[in-house]
Amino acid sequence: MTIEAVGQELSEVIKRHDADYVEAHLEESQTSHIIYRGRELESIGRSTAIGGNVRALVRGGWGFVSFNNLDELPSRVELAVKQARFVGREVSKLAAAEPAVDVVSVETDRNPVTMFLGEKKQMLDEYNDIIWRTPEIQTSTIGYADSRKKTIFLSSLGSYIEQERADIVLSLAAVAARDGDVQQVGLSVGSRGDFSPIQSLHQRVAQMAQHVVKLLSAPQVKGGEYTVVLDPVLAGVFVHEAFGHLSESDFVYENDRVRQIMTLGKQFGSKQLNIIDTATIPGLRGSYKYDDEGMPATETYLIREGKLVGRLHSRETAAKMGEKPTGNARALNYRYPPIVRMTNTYIEPGSVSFEDMISDIKEGIYAKNWYGGTTSMEMFTFSAGEAYMIRNGKLAEALRPVVLTGNVFTTLKNIDAIGDDLEMNQGGGCGKGGQVPLPVANGSPHIRIRRCLVGGK
Amino acid sequence: MEDILAQATGVAEEAEVFAVSSEETQVQFEANRLKHLQTKQQTSVALRIVRQGKIGYAITTELGDRHNLVNNAVETAQFGMPAKFQLPASSSYPPVETFDNETKSVSVEEMINLGEELITTVTGHTPGIICEAEVAKGVISIRIMNSRGGQAHYQKSFFRLGIEGNLINGTDMLFVGESASSCHPVLESKIVTEVVLQQLELAKNRASAPSKSLPIIFTPHGVASALILPLMVAFNGKTVLEGASPVGNKLGQPVFDQKLWLWDDPTIVFRPSSRPCDDEGIPSQRTPLVEEGAVTNFLYDLQTAALAHARSTGNGSRSHGGLPAPAPSAFIIAPGSTNFAEMVQDIKEGLVIEQLMGAGQGNILGGDFSGNVLLGYKVENGKIVGRVKDTMVSGNVYQALKDITAIGSETKWVDGFLQTPHIYCPSLSVASKG
Repeated sequence: MTIEAVGQELSEVIKRHDADYVEAHLEESQTSHIIYRGRELESIGRSTAIGGNVRALVRGGWGFVSFNNLDELPSRVELAVKQARFVGREVSKLAAAEPAVDVVSVETDRNPVTMFLGEKKQMLDEYNDIIWRTPEIQTSTIGYADSRKKTIFLSSLGSYIEQERADIVLSLAAVAARDGDVQQVGLSVGSRGDFSPIQSLHQRVAQMAQHVVKLLSAPQVKGGEYTVVLDPVLAGVFVHEAFGHLSESDFVYENDRVRQIMTLGKQFGSKQLNIIDTATIPGLRGSYKYDDEGMPATETYLIREGKLVGRLHSRETAAKMGEKPTGNARALNYRYPPIVRMTNTYIEPGSVSFEDMISDIKEGIYAKNWYGGTTSMEMFTFSAGEAYMIRNGKLAEALRPVVLTGNVFTTLKNIDAIGDDLEMNQGGGCGKGGQVPLPVANGSPHIRIRRCLVGGK
Repeated sequence: MEDILAQATGVAEEAEVFAVSSEETQVQFEANRLKHLQTKQQTSVALRIVRQGKIGYAITTELGDRHNLVNNAVETAQFGMPAKFQLPASSSYPPVETFDNETKSVSVEEMINLGEELITTVTGHTPGIICEAEVAKGVISIRIMNSRGGQAHYQKSFFRLGIEGNLINGTDMLFVGESASSCHPVLESKIVTEVVLQQLELAKNRASAPSKSLPIIFTPHGVASALILPLMVAFNGKTVLEGASPVGNKLGQPVFDQKLWLWDDPTIVFRPSSRPCDDEGIPSQRTPLVEEGAVTNFLYDLQTAALAHARSTGNGSRSHGGLPAPAPSAFIIAPGSTNFAEMVQDIKEGLVIEQLMGAGQGNILGGDFSGNVLLGYKVENGKIVGRVKDTMVSGNVYQALKDITAIGSETKWVDGFLQTPHIYCPSLSVASKG
């Protein structure tokens, strides 16, 4: 039975139920993956999955039932409603929504999953050869995964939305070793099923391999406060981690003290600072036409001219805060309920060139690329895969990877230069509430931060 | 499953079917209030074959679609790694109990009550704190069957209880939290709330940290967040085989302090990390990794063991839904002889680390770590004086564990995968904004 047929049946069942609101998601996906460890292909496989969920709201309480057995759906709907009734003790509040009936097909005409595995493998073999041709390389890892997914969203409002998407992620890492010392450098890219950005990485892979060998003789930075210049990739991670998560209203809406911190209109940074989240740019991994509550995607300014002007909402958080919904409720897959998430988050470009940005730094750090990042809302840490000292206005010696940390509120204020060169990074996956990795993109121009705390010797 | 195996053995030399089904109920509280009740049902079947000497792999949730599953496995086998292992024929498994019928019969009402107990205890202690809590129970059933006659089947029950609290003053945020898990029902909310209340007490006052090298006590949570990940990678047989493990060529050598004993143990009864066999049907065993500071073993699955001319330690894991790969079940660090109070008394100026945020983001292979002290306390003249913030602690796991001042006399389970005492290191680099 196709999920379309199941969907038709389910849309009738949903309407009959005695709840404040009921929605259902059905999903069908295919994926393939290829993993290399060292010279050898370690794992190659294909997967198919089908499943769904029903979510019900009664008096402010949510019931959620997920399954991959599509039989007996009416009883699953019943269970979700029963659970919601069990939990509900207040009044349900959801922002108003227009019922939508729509079919959104995939952007690329070529399905990456059904492509011949030999073709994908050949591309990866080329990259691995480049890494292994570099002297002093100890090992490499390559992880490639693609997916194509069709989802159907149904709601008791009468919505029926079919959406398809394709996704590719490729991450490579090179490891160098000398006398028991081990260093690694990584590279991650992604796309919405389009192969060209994945296929043309030969030069970047070669640079990555050369850099990791260089790190073996690189010094570790002395810990302390520095003026730090971030490249677009790392600045993108910074804006996502340090600020983006604070803008997700599920953290804000029921916490009065956070609401005070995040009062709209408050100055968070300099006048040059603008931060946007938008799911409306075609081709980016965080984009979609409708979110997982059937709401249309929007562009949301989070910070405009340094002031907090917006935040990301689900229908529930928007209603409870009396603000407009933004279409940011997303679920990793049918096993999870939608929660407030970012999509494509970036700092708008300013006017400062990279040369001007570093020219008056006597001793600072240029941090590039990323290993990862995490936040506790107030505090964040993120790590740079590549780093260099800046001395007397010029790039100087390479450093071992650095970890930067700080308080988001002071750090945003300490951004004193915004570059003219926006770049979006498509290689990341975001984690929240156990739902990881959710496809997102983040981006920024080069930015300069004064007095940033750097871990080290 | 028999059908899939029969069809697969028709087109391949070897075949193995691995099926998981699970059902889980979660009660979730948000902002101190009951918010979600969730039920999750899931099944999947994975097929691994050896065809013309190479490994093929496919997985599906569509149990009726065995034709497609077998075809996908055959297609991938064209490019697969040459198989170096033999699937296990019928074997006998150690009696590792992981199922308690009582867990299943805990009612949703009881689970809600437990969650409410957690929240009222914590909010009663510290007004203004905003908590999220979860109480979950579930059952997992695992079945393995292969073309050499190997068969395994076991059920596991689990129960989980956890709370996270967030206290905000101005823009200052304090995060506290604790969780507990078992195959038995965990019906005592005190196990969790006592720890949280202690964190809140210790964090009441603020203290400042200097930027210099200081002695550091890692609590069991601190050990988990700062020190364990590099070791899990380093003792993985695959990392060793690639030559990327700093301990790979140190078998029998004293790499760590003599006081350190570490092993992997999937045989402890009624622990959610335990099982009678691994995901390839190899019997579970306790594997010593560090004895008196010396490296004694690495963890292997079948294929990695064959490539390394070693034997599988029963650590083949399919945690990511892919082919089996070596992975620890649960790391256990042996207790020492010093209690926490004695450690604190020993320090003139130093830190106690509960949570080091972002420590796992650096050069994990090399053992470097650097993280922000999300929850940690300052020690002055043998006493904890308050919470530190805006502070980074950096070091290298191999250097930090080579010279340990003391190991705690009591151990504790952290996040279900680690049982560890406190570890007291003489000197680590601290950078702080005060």
